[in-house]
Amino acid sequence: MGEFRLDGNAAAGPLREVFSFEVTTAQYSCVGCGRTDRLGAAMVYEVRQLGTIVRCPSCDNPLIRLAHNREGYLVDLRGTRYLTTG
Amino acid sequence: MSGGFFSRGFRGRRRPVEQGTQLPPGQYLVEGFPVLSAGPTPRTPLEEEWDFSIIGEVDEPRRWTWKEFQALPSEEITRDIHCVTKWSKLGTRWEGVSVDTLLEGVETAAEFVMAFCDGGYTTNMPLEEVIGGKAWVAYAYEGEPLEPEHGGPVRLLVPHLYFWKSAKWVRGLRLLNHDEPGFWESLGYHNHGDPWREQRYWGD
Repeated sequence: MGEFRLDGNAAAGPLREVFSFEVTTAQYSCVGCGRTDRLGAAMVYEVRQLGTIVRCPSCDNPLIRLAHNREGYLVDLRGTRYLTTG
Repeated sequence: MSGGFFSRGFRGRRRPVEQGTQLPPGQYLVEGFPVLSAGPTPRTPLEEEWDFSIIGEVDEPRRWTWKEFQALPSEEITRDIHCVTKWSKLGTRWEGVSVDTLLEGVETAAEFVMAFCDGGYTTNMPLEEVIGGKAWVAYAYEGEPLEPEHGGPVRLLVPHLYFWKSAKWVRGLRLLNHDEPGFWESLGYHNHGDPWREQRYWGD
């Protein structure tokens, strides 16, 4: 069986579908404590123009960290084990 | 925001402002003290739980209880502060312990430091940026105990760098042989953060 490897553009279709998900009802799994819940039920800290930090309501672990700079958005998901989109 | 900061009559002590000459590029002047928090305000019991420590690449870790920390020699500091969100505040008055005092007698080959805090916040700097009278661990602001929303009981004060480096609720310094990005430094903000060179974001 040979490898069937394409460049990143080939994933554009499914990724576009995934990353346009309804955020409020998506389920997260927290890296910190394992809690799973709706993202809409997490806690959000808007840090003026610095960024937006979405935290787990059980353990305060930052699930999603979002910042905006000159280039665009930077999204850090290392606090989320996975997301389940509805 | 407590109204107390505005009612103590210190305004007259501020240096005269000649706008454009004292402010780093892109900054504007504020009179109030904006509060920026990326998480809940921690309230660690001072007597029972709080301590301040120097750990990591050191000959021997150092630790002070709240009582011991308060007994350390302190300094009064008056400095301008500059936030990466573009506000600056001139002539802020603080009282705290110099990082030089905390590192006295510490043997280390470390070249970097990571400040760590209640609530999980971190920020990184070269060690040389916090020694030589450039950084303090402050517990009073304008003559009053530092309010929790501004980082009390103690916050790091590194006024020559953007104010996110002056970590609120700081609990210690981890000395490191290698550099690691902290909370904002890993989210697109500049690793060094010199306001006079306008080092706001990666690549600046």
